[in-house]
Amino acid sequence: MDTSPVPRLELRGITKRFPGVLANDNVGFAVMPGEIHALLGENGAGKSTLVKMIYGIMQPDAGEILWNGQPVTVANPKAARRLGIGMVFQHFSLFEAMTVLENIALGLDAKVPQRELEAKIRAVMQQYGLLLDPHRTVSTLSVGERQRIEIVRALLLNPSLLIMDEPTSVLTPQEVEQLFVVLRQLAKEGCSILYISHKLHEIKALCDTATILRGGKLVDTCDPKVETSRSMAEKMIGAGLKDIVKGKDRSFGAARFTVRELSVKSDSQFGTSLDRIGFEVRAGEILGIAGVAGNGQNELLLALDGEIPVGADAILMDGKPIGARNTSERRRLGLCAVPEERHGHAAVPDFTLADNSVLTARDRLGMVAGGLINSGKAKTYTGDVISAFSVKAQGHGSAANSLSGGNLQKYIMGREILQNPGVLVVSQPTWGVDAGAAAAIHQAIVDLAAQGTAVVVISQDLDELLSLCDTLAVINGGRLSQKKVVGEVSIEEIGLLMGGVHGTAEETHITAGAAHAVPA
Amino acid sequence: MSAEFLVAIVYAIVLVATPILLAGLGELVVEKSGVLNLGVEGMMLIGAVTGFAVTSLSGNAYLGVLAAAFAGSAASMIFGFLTLTLSANQVATGLALTIFGGGFSALAGKSFLGKTVPAFTQLFPTELATHPIWRVIFGYSPLVYLSLIMCVGIAWFLKRTRAGLILRAVGENDLSAHSIGYSVIGVRYLAVAFGGAMAGIAGSMFSLVLTPIWAEGLTAGRGWIALALVVFSAWKPYRLLVGAYIFGAVMTLEVHAKAAGGVFSALPSEFWAALPYLATVLVLVIISLRRGSSSGAPACLGRPFIPSA
Amino acid sequence: MQFRLEKRPQPSQLMLYLAPVLAVLLTMVVGALLFSALGYDGIGAVLEIFTKPLTNPLKWQDLGVKAAPLIIIAVGLSIAYRANVWNIGAEGQYVAGALGGTAVVLLTMKMQGPWILPTMIIAGMLAGMALAAIPAFLKTRFDVNEILTTLMLNYAIVQLLYFLLRTSWKDPMAFGFPRTALFTASQSLPYLWPGTILHWGVPIAGIVAIIAWFVMGRSVFGFQVRVVGSAPNAARYGGFSANRTVWLVMLVSGALAGLAGVLEAAGPFRQLVPAFPTGYGFTAIIVAFLGRLNPFGCVIAGLVLAISYVGGEVAQTTLGLPSAATGIFQGMLLFFLLAGDVFVRYRLRPVVARAQGEAA
Repeated sequence: MDTSPVPRLELRGITKRFPGVLANDNVGFAVMPGEIHALLGENGAGKSTLVKMIYGIMQPDAGEILWNGQPVTVANPKAARRLGIGMVFQHFSLFEAMTVLENIALGLDAKVPQRELEAKIRAVMQQYGLLLDPHRTVSTLSVGERQRIEIVRALLLNPSLLIMDEPTSVLTPQEVEQLFVVLRQLAKEGCSILYISHKLHEIKALCDTATILRGGKLVDTCDPKVETSRSMAEKMIGAGLKDIVKGKDRSFGAARFTVRELSVKSDSQFGTSLDRIGFEVRAGEILGIAGVAGNGQNELLLALDGEIPVGADAILMDGKPIGARNTSERRRLGLCAVPEERHGHAAVPDFTLADNSVLTARDRLGMVAGGLINSGKAKTYTGDVISAFSVKAQGHGSAANSLSGGNLQKYIMGREILQNPGVLVVSQPTWGVDAGAAAAIHQAIVDLAAQGTAVVVISQDLDELLSLCDTLAVINGGRLSQKKVVGEVSIEEIGLLMGGVHGTAEETHITAGAAHAVPA
Repeated sequence: MSAEFLVAIVYAIVLVATPILLAGLGELVVEKSGVLNLGVEGMMLIGAVTGFAVTSLSGNAYLGVLAAAFAGSAASMIFGFLTLTLSANQVATGLALTIFGGGFSALAGKSFLGKTVPAFTQLFPTELATHPIWRVIFGYSPLVYLSLIMCVGIAWFLKRTRAGLILRAVGENDLSAHSIGYSVIGVRYLAVAFGGAMAGIAGSMFSLVLTPIWAEGLTAGRGWIALALVVFSAWKPYRLLVGAYIFGAVMTLEVHAKAAGGVFSALPSEFWAALPYLATVLVLVIISLRRGSSSGAPACLGRPFIPSA
Repeated sequence: MQFRLEKRPQPSQLMLYLAPVLAVLLTMVVGALLFSALGYDGIGAVLEIFTKPLTNPLKWQDLGVKAAPLIIIAVGLSIAYRANVWNIGAEGQYVAGALGGTAVVLLTMKMQGPWILPTMIIAGMLAGMALAAIPAFLKTRFDVNEILTTLMLNYAIVQLLYFLLRTSWKDPMAFGFPRTALFTASQSLPYLWPGTILHWGVPIAGIVAIIAWFVMGRSVFGFQVRVVGSAPNAARYGGFSANRTVWLVMLVSGALAGLAGVLEAAGPFRQLVPAFPTGYGFTAIIVAFLGRLNPFGCVIAGLVLAISYVGGEVAQTTLGLPSAATGIFQGMLLFFLLAGDVFVRYRLRPVVARAQGEAA
């Protein structure tokens, strides 16, 4: 009799093809009962696709899925839930205008009377310490609280396998710890956890096993407690890592970009108002603005680049007040910006790259004469951007939405950087971008600063900010903390600021760049 | 102003308001699921001509109304197929349906021009229904009572049933609903078909109740007023009821103005004819002023559902 | 065999040009079936409607005259639709244009001179712009949906037309018929060649299309319109004001609809009558879509829809079809075009049965 333990979930030879790309190529691994198993890989490695097939959203083209040793077909999410598979998505499936209770009811397959459901929900919340008021409307909840709804939804099914897709990208360091407590308790009770992430130190802290994917293929299944962050990163990336080249002994020039008492009242129900934001950036300095999503980052960028009106003296560039100037005027004066949304904000998806160049560069680079557009100049400029930033595109005539995320982001960054701005403000510069492009973008930012531009980087990725920036501030609830020098502030302190606490805890110094080496 | 005169006014208002209430309720459900169907006028016309034709041929008005409902539903399926299965532009498709409905009804109705049918105006026994005072409650066509029942029914459905919850969810966030596993397209098809049936019934009211004859363009733009009514009601059934009766009052003002005399009768008839449409514009402005940024519209309204792989 | 729609990596150029052609053919086929089902001679009707106008040289002038207003209005609408501004009020703006021109006519009845006609035309364009300004204002200031406001104003302005014709603008010699007096020679559009009915409105339509093509393709305004319609956030980021764009496209489309109105009043009609609103404003919407929101496409599409009008008139006399029946063809044309348009961006793929697992 075979006494070796039966895996709760096993994948063998899973393959999935999309037009033009092999998303998963013969992938296989096993998850034991009570195991916390990481699925590790860069953006585009195939993790999401794999997990969608486990949850029944898609079907594999080849291979099989075994559940408790038996081959199964997971036809749809309902079937997955019936098997005992629960999933907490990275992008929440929530309905903003409805209550917590209604949202959870929608996530269930069976019809449960409201009072009974509420009792069950409260029991689950008690058991795992996930506190929420069932009658609050979702739009009033923070991102961390919204995630709790998703988790409660999944837990109500009594799952034997819980899939978490990039759960911590929206949490403060403290909230991450709270989540880990919940997950460890679940694992102790026998539930398997499939934990998808690209955050190496989290995986080292939480997981028993890690399966690493790269380019759709399985690279290795290993024990993260034994491996080093660097070795796992190398398996993820597949090449030697390269640190960012930053000049030593960099000195900063005069203040180029000053923001004073910047307040903006949010006009939408779901937005965040800005409250007396102030900071100063000198020539050659890279200031990072850290924070969990939804704390005013969007509004800040829109205020800085002129898309939202602000007080005339709230923003100064090279000493001159520009708060009353509109976006085009600010560009002419040398302020370029890159919003976080590539598709539909920073670039027009259906337009060619040349047209997208006209979008922002037309005034600064003289592409307009007598109300007419000089398409020749636009095409030439686009060609320059493509070659300088190694954008993989067929040419200036390619549609923006035909480029991969990384390449489009490289083009957008290049389009702004080659305009030689005096001040550059970027938001989430490498969100959803593959490692190679991310490194190129980081290097370009550093090089630009070295030429005397003042740079502001708004990002949710603390690791990125710590390796890239000279100084750091934290935005929370529309308010900005004091500027700190990177290297003189601890992760704990930053985490507390991100969570809205302004006290200090035990400080342990970290040096910039040590926590996460940036891959080539 | 005698009681009988008041009753006459209220009676007229109810009659005029009911078609836009019926069509408006149907469109409310459709829009709650996230779909904007501008083809209401066309579906009403198709319903009107079908109801008339079937009643004329069979002699049974109930059959006519049923046929009108089916016809409206069938017409809405053209819209549904184009916008839900083929993801075509909802505004253009709705307009095409309106233009098509106008032409189709004119063509199909040609052989019925000049014919009359027994009017479908009575449900309760004649004594009550024609009583000068009590007819204000008992004197209406079955379609009027249907409209009130539907209003209550739809309000209950949306607020209190699981199916209504799912429909609202689909209109709020189609991608989330799809991730959870609900059939967004399926729910929307059902909603569109229901909206079509209601519009068809509303149309039949014109040809069977209001004036039991058939004429081209019988609905005279009332379908568009029903659309405005849905916005006015902030997608809430009871507000729709109130709005329909307010609009009904405006639309019957012309007749009453002449009776009231004085300055009202001095205004030209064209002014009264234009008043409902101008009033709609005014109402739309007032709603926008009151509500500010959040209009209460289903978040996905008018956007095609494109599930990302 | 189950099918699903799969997005094409690039829009299909073939389908882009084929879709309108297929739409016309399918309309003819289905139209014939529909007519037969309703008791008419289906095939005969379709042939009458679609081929007679093309084969009879006398009818070609009719086509030009019918197509001209459709093209002018559609070009204006296509600009607005490109910016995602859904101006459904072209019918009203068209009537307003006629009203504007007629106002000048009534003021200049006793006068003569080559300046009268251009003044009429300008007045007509201004009137169309004025009417379009109302929904533009309501949208930019109060965020009121332009679909409903433009639509409601159609009905209102038509009532104004009836009122004026019945009262102060009525021709004293008309004896009970509400209509204006006939326009004089200086107030009417001259013909291109004597003996034909082709008036100056026809080449004007062509000129409008050419100017629109140039402006939309080369100018910052054209770029602005396209960005606002395609990605409003990107437009704002690029420094374009959404509100200004709404105003501009509404005024332009209103002006062009008004232009069509005054040309039609001064051309084929030479007076204003209650039957003046013929639905061109709504048909032009179909023309704009059929023409893919492109000025030259609008020219071709305008001719196609003109065929349906001219043919419909023929069928009225020979087959007894009611004039409103052309709505069936126009609606169907748009249906088939919208359906065909889908295949420009997507293609049909059979869903293959799930492959069984290979040996691990």
